[in-house]
Amino acid sequence: MTARPAIERIDAYPTRSIGGFSVRAGRPLPFGATPVPGGVNFSVYSNNATAMTLVLYRAGEPEPMAELPFPDSYVIGGVYSMTVFDLDAEGIEYGYRAYGPFDPERGHRFDPSVVLADPYARLMSDASTGPRRSRVALDDFDWEDDSPLRLPHEDLVIYELHARGFTKSPTSGVSAPGTYAGLIEKIPYLRELGVNCVELLPIFEFDENDNPRSHPVTGEPLSNYWGYNTVAYFAPKASYASTGRYGMQADEFKNLVKQLHKAGIEVILDVVFNHTAEGNEHGPTISFKGLDNATYYMLTPDGHYYNFSGTGNTLNCNNPVVRGFVLDCLRYWASEYHIDGFRFDLAAILGRGPDGSPLWNPPLLESLAYDPVLRDCKLIAEAWDAAGLYQVGSFPNYCRWSEWNGRYRDTVRRFVKGDTGVAGDLATRMVGSPDMYGRRGTSATINFVLCHDGFTLNDLVSYNEKHNYANGEDNRDGDNNNQSWNCGHEGPTGDPEIIALRGRQMRNILMILLASQGVPMILAGDEVGRTQQGNNNAYCHDSPLTWFDWDLVERNADQLRFVQKAIRFRQAHPVLRRGPASAVSWHGVRQWTADWSEGCRVLAGMFDAGADDCVYVAANAHWEGHSLELPTPPAGTAWHLFADTSAPSPLDAHEPGAEPPLQNQSRVEVGPRSVVVLVAHRVQVDQRDNGKEE
Amino acid sequence: MAFKVRMQIEGSTATIRLEGELDGRSAPELNELVVRAADQRVERLVLLLEELSYMSSAGIRSLVFAHQKMPEEAEILLVGTQPDVAETIRLTGFDRSIVMRETLEA
Repeated sequence: MTARPAIERIDAYPTRSIGGFSVRAGRPLPFGATPVPGGVNFSVYSNNATAMTLVLYRAGEPEPMAELPFPDSYVIGGVYSMTVFDLDAEGIEYGYRAYGPFDPERGHRFDPSVVLADPYARLMSDASTGPRRSRVALDDFDWEDDSPLRLPHEDLVIYELHARGFTKSPTSGVSAPGTYAGLIEKIPYLRELGVNCVELLPIFEFDENDNPRSHPVTGEPLSNYWGYNTVAYFAPKASYASTGRYGMQADEFKNLVKQLHKAGIEVILDVVFNHTAEGNEHGPTISFKGLDNATYYMLTPDGHYYNFSGTGNTLNCNNPVVRGFVLDCLRYWASEYHIDGFRFDLAAILGRGPDGSPLWNPPLLESLAYDPVLRDCKLIAEAWDAAGLYQVGSFPNYCRWSEWNGRYRDTVRRFVKGDTGVAGDLATRMVGSPDMYGRRGTSATINFVLCHDGFTLNDLVSYNEKHNYANGEDNRDGDNNNQSWNCGHEGPTGDPEIIALRGRQMRNILMILLASQGVPMILAGDEVGRTQQGNNNAYCHDSPLTWFDWDLVERNADQLRFVQKAIRFRQAHPVLRRGPASAVSWHGVRQWTADWSEGCRVLAGMFDAGADDCVYVAANAHWEGHSLELPTPPAGTAWHLFADTSAPSPLDAHEPGAEPPLQNQSRVEVGPRSVVVLVAHRVQVDQRDNGKEE
Repeated sequence: MAFKVRMQIEGSTATIRLEGELDGRSAPELNELVVRAADQRVERLVLLLEELSYMSSAGIRSLVFAHQKMPEEAEILLVGTQPDVAETIRLTGFDRSIVMRETLEA
């Protein structure tokens, strides 16, 4: 049977000609450029513009092929829309000229000499092959039956990675290094590692050349590698796609999401809504600034840019128009790209009002928390900004938002390097920080010790000081408060004792992280000891300094194997993921007697959810070993040894589920600066019966 | 270069020979032939691409269109795909259930 022909639309024909093109009044919704029968529908809004012109280019050509002013009758409210017929959607680029006052004191910076990028552009051309311009996206894609995975938030093990840097190094061995497609080839590595969520550093189109500095030694221009300077919020980064020259970056990124989902791995995007790439009054006019500056940016009463982001401007997130824009954008990524969640850069700014003051009930954060399209998306706040608003533990959360737990990071770092007076705080951090998130369960806290911003794990145990000279700012940039310890020598060393100690310290940190309640996040490469040579602010290096060095996978295979096992161990023990905090009892050298005194560097917790799920974690940050009395495990079980970071590999971690029994059930020796993890397993009633259980 | 497309159906195999540029303007022509082939319930769709100079994103989408129109078990064979087009098809995941070969006999 042949399907009946679809009824043809009666409005799929032009009504007049403008600029040599057949057009008709467009549809205001959806915003952006949308292929429709016979042509492309363009829709753009500005409440303060007085007129608008659509500018069309043949792809890659310097001069426009046509300029189409919007007639008055094509304007509804502040929305300009027009359907242009007989356009080859793939072969064109477009932009807008917005007309209106140039009156900076009142916030207006209209400049029709600039062709503006469409804020809703779903595709941007690759700036390495021509001008960076808005393009029309073909949005059909063969998703098969893919959907967001909806993994329980508290079961996530997040892996923070840079979509380009992960495979850009020639050592990656992938067919298309530094691309979404290259990342697909590394999915088996992620699966073996055991993570079930990747958090991608910004992949919205940004300007990688936005850096005025050059390398102080080589003189080469530095870049903006991290990408926290968005140019187009609806467009996946073109240069991260091996097929960007075909304009297929959207397809390639969708395929990445689909393949990750097939492997059971969720995708969280790091999104940057606190500022844009347009800087302040000295920055370029790319899009918002020329379209409706007074709406999109937080401005002082005399029209200057507030700078809560530390980058020149601040997006006016709680203006109703901008709020709508952010919501449109996130809905688009959730529905069109099947994204599982978002991490919001400098999210405290999203809680500020148009004049910069923190709001008690920020409409944007509330909208995102209750939006039906985003209902199952993880929402993660970096709960501070660059102007001193620090909201870790107090971010407006609507029982929905979770937070990067900066206190977790600082406390674990201080404990492991041997600071005194932090054992008590470590106990609080290891059970989901109930002092901050007590009523909300363990998914409220994203526990991390390292992230892209700061030292790598290897550098945290190899450097006391930051070494940022290569960033071109005389080592002034980057955080000075790193809570790091070099283990006795600054930087690389051949001293086997120091090397061994660093290896142990790295395992100590990873083990504490993976044995803490709350959602752990691992910085990509830390599982194999990646170094940035002491640079703790490597945002500007698109080079081997920041790229994942795949030779480390072999060189540090022991540490990788340790992390793989620790992740599997975590996944085998719900008590480590879901709590409750009340299931944990604290111990020390004496059982049931934790030592909370100032000078103590030993802490042991029993995470006890019954005979099938009971784990004992002992952390000793003292330079001497200690013998710890063990609490009695649940009835019918005995202690087995999962991990001992002081033991030589491969005895530092055993196979989860097949841990050897502990000979002495009443005491355990915890070596100098070491972590020991025990697990209760049911006792075989008759040990002589070939080890079979009854 | 002008786009030309011809189809021959022999037994259970439909063979479509493409010439010129396959893009958003020409893809509907190909899609029409694919629908006809599907209506004839062929088991094998062979696309001869040696003389195709360019295939755009819309052209690549025709392959998915073909996959969706043809019966589940039907084979879709691309012959003589330009290397960079073949690579693009693979990297964007459009190669699902599509076989690419250099020659028909290979």
